[in-house]
Amino acid sequence: MVSLSGNLLFASFLLYLVGTVVFAGSIKDKKGREKDHGPNKWAKIGVGITIAGFLSQLGYFITRWIAAGHAPVSNLFEFTTFFGMCLVGAFIVIYFIYKLPALGLFTLPVALLLIGYAAMFPRDISPLVPSLQSNWLHIHVTTAALGQAILAISFVAGLIYLIKAIDHTKSSKESNWLEAVLFGVVCTVGFIVISSIFSFSGYKSEFHWVDNNDVEANVEFHLPALVGPHEGEHLTPEKFSPLVEAPGIIDAKKLNTVIWSLMTGVILYLLFRLIFRKRIAQVLQPLTKRANLDLVDEIGYRSVLIGFPVFTLGALIFAMIWAQIAWSRFWGWDPKEVWALITWLFYAAYLHLRLSKGWHGKKSAWLGVIGFLIIMFNLIVVNLVIAGLHSYAGS
Amino acid sequence: MKQVKCECGHVNPHGTVLCESCGRVLVEEEKKKKLVDMRYEGSARRSQTYNKTIIDKIWNFFSSVKVGVTLIIITLAASAIGTIFPQEMYIPTTEPASVYYESQYGVAGKLYYLLGFHNLYSSWWYLLLIASIGISLVICSLDRVVPLYRALKNQKVSRHEGFLKRQRLFGTSQVEELDSSYELVKEKLKKNRYNIREENGNILAEKGRFSRWGPYINHIGLIIFLAGGMLRFVPGMYVDELLWVREGETAVIPETDGEYYLENHQFILEVYDKDKDNEAFNNAIENSGMVAKNFQSDVTLYKKSAETVAGEEPILDKVQDYELRVNEPLKFENFALYQQSYKLDELNKMSFALTNKENNEEFGDLTIDLYNPQDEYDLGDGYKVEVMSYFPDFEFDENSEPVTKSRIPNNPAFIFKMITPDKPDGEVSFVAIKQTIEPFGDNEFKMAFKGVETKNVTALTVRKDLTLGVLAVGGFIFMVGVVQGAYWNHRRIWIRRVDGEVWVAGHTNKNWHGLKREISTIFDGTGINEPKDQSDESDKSIESNSKEE
Repeated sequence: MVSLSGNLLFASFLLYLVGTVVFAGSIKDKKGREKDHGPNKWAKIGVGITIAGFLSQLGYFITRWIAAGHAPVSNLFEFTTFFGMCLVGAFIVIYFIYKLPALGLFTLPVALLLIGYAAMFPRDISPLVPSLQSNWLHIHVTTAALGQAILAISFVAGLIYLIKAIDHTKSSKESNWLEAVLFGVVCTVGFIVISSIFSFSGYKSEFHWVDNNDVEANVEFHLPALVGPHEGEHLTPEKFSPLVEAPGIIDAKKLNTVIWSLMTGVILYLLFRLIFRKRIAQVLQPLTKRANLDLVDEIGYRSVLIGFPVFTLGALIFAMIWAQIAWSRFWGWDPKEVWALITWLFYAAYLHLRLSKGWHGKKSAWLGVIGFLIIMFNLIVVNLVIAGLHSYAGS
Repeated sequence: MKQVKCECGHVNPHGTVLCESCGRVLVEEEKKKKLVDMRYEGSARRSQTYNKTIIDKIWNFFSSVKVGVTLIIITLAASAIGTIFPQEMYIPTTEPASVYYESQYGVAGKLYYLLGFHNLYSSWWYLLLIASIGISLVICSLDRVVPLYRALKNQKVSRHEGFLKRQRLFGTSQVEELDSSYELVKEKLKKNRYNIREENGNILAEKGRFSRWGPYINHIGLIIFLAGGMLRFVPGMYVDELLWVREGETAVIPETDGEYYLENHQFILEVYDKDKDNEAFNNAIENSGMVAKNFQSDVTLYKKSAETVAGEEPILDKVQDYELRVNEPLKFENFALYQQSYKLDELNKMSFALTNKENNEEFGDLTIDLYNPQDEYDLGDGYKVEVMSYFPDFEFDENSEPVTKSRIPNNPAFIFKMITPDKPDGEVSFVAIKQTIEPFGDNEFKMAFKGVETKNVTALTVRKDLTLGVLAVGGFIFMVGVVQGAYWNHRRIWIRRVDGEVWVAGHTNKNWHGLKREISTIFDGTGINEPKDQSDESDKSIESNSKEE
């Protein structure tokens, strides 16, 4: 059951990959787009493949649920893949409302990155600690993830809007910032690439170290340690030895991974620029040419409208109900709770800004992008760096 | 206060931009615009009309969405700052906050502490921000909902030409078979669940007006929620206590006025077992070592009987037995008990034997209850041990005098007087764990350590929160309002006969794409032209699209 589940997830990953290519084809395709505004043959195939991928991932989810005895949303790997699945689900629904192939072309890679990112973390089926043993785990986590995924569609719409509307041939504030966002995406690719390379080669180096509170521990690095742990003693001296030592308060292993991801990201980005001699956004721009800016803007707004109530229900209301049952208080200013509140406040601000004139179009698109960055911050940084009561989500 | 009388005869409040009844543009500046501003239906909002007294100014300040959004953004940023380092309630209790932040996080930590960010969410300025958002919610809503309600209630079917042609969706057409076209359109409008009003051959089709109230309803919900949050500070509404109960012990539950007692029979800690639990967990268990499976206290809840005589031991009536686990609190009246923490193997009893130091001959055992030691243990035959002093949590103070840190027997120590037939005056011995001191010289006898008995202790949170009901109502109303506002749209289609032409205009508060699609199916094949989008943005995008084609 467990291996079947893993295979289904892998199949869905491949299908999303193929779907992306087909959606790209649907935009390049010149035939059948004279008068008829509907999606062409390629787009139809693309959405078909996407649905197949979604069903395959649903199969992964169900089989893993059966194997574990609880919904697979209890650690970072499971949550992030589920988030990716919800994103694809949200895309499918919105696609059938707006029939915009470009949305598929940009959503599927985001889902691919999410699943790829998730796969870099421990994939074992983990037993539930007592505080997680509740049906509210299923209700709260799935609704929160679904809400975030629908909100994330506004990020994709925002990206499409900005890539199309901004002039990338000139260096301007907006074009630079957009390129910075895309560079962040490239660094995520970098993280996946470099982690996979060293994971396949089975690289391991071990250190004995002492933290700020004089607690001693051993730590295993899976990437060559550019940064070593505080007062670290290298137990595998035949492997690469650290160039610098991190202070006791910092987790050297995570810092090291961040540095590797950034380095790989820079290399990938430079390679890209070397090959295309253009900014990433500029290379992507032709893929957005058939997207009507007004429609894209509306998709962004609509997805926030649809996602906001779902997010409120899942990430705040259900969260509070469960917190009251499990932790005896509905709200405790735990970092994860605070960041859910921040996300909620942000999208509340978005909805209010839409009321005032001038916050349509580019500005609104930027807000969609920033909102997703906040969601990602809550998923990645809060879990891995800030931790707190939700820290079990980090392993 | 002068009112504005429209040509159609309707009397509008001062400050109205579009006549509530016919929609005629009443303000000269608005007439120059290509499209009318349809937000709040061009109604007279107090904040846009009055700005004289101090109350006007305060009202105008808080009624601005810009101010509301600014407050939201400031609160958002402040909340984020509070997550940089852990809040005071989450730091270990071993060090005071004044030391902890600096020792852990250096200068940044010290600054964080000095600025009060370690208690950010209960700081006066954070609460002030939340309160300001609350005020903004009330004033923003009142400023808009009253005039909006008036405008929507007073709107009549035949709208002024100037109103219709300044709508985003607008079109005119020459229609030949007017009556049959009208019938067909009406039928299609009905099929799309529009409410249709007719007057002099003009039509107003409307649906989803209730979605306009969504924002105001969700704001009411938020206000109730915030009020519920403040209720916590009312005495008697909220209880947060921690109750430690040892196995076998019965303790009075705090804050219940001595009415309820809890007996802890047993505390159970279970961990996942590779051999017994789901095989799928094996890898995870191997990688992370021990994984907790269950924290449980087997308890009995008692209520003090009415027959209890004041001043005497209470008579307890059993209420129920319960297996108290995480996620399964024990509820009674307005209280709930939660499995919060535990301590395994706390020292409970200690046994000694009075022993002759030379030949190790024993003259009887004694077991001391560390929570309730006797003054004297008579071992018979003239052998007796007196407990002269007892230090449950022993340490030496700065003068090297033995003292106790707490009443919990973490490190018990005794001063015994051993009375034997040989030494009828007794020998004094100081006994602590792995330590014996004989203050008055060599003794003949000693207290030989025999063993300890330990017990588990469970820690339960005692909670009463009478604000939960209010919060639930607020949350529910918020959800209703937000769904109502987000998942429905207020759509209107006006059809008017003007000089032998048919004018059609459409408006929706959001989701224009949906309205356009609906309108195109409604007018398709009726002989009436579908209205066109007059907004600037879409003109541009149509242009740019056609360039690319």
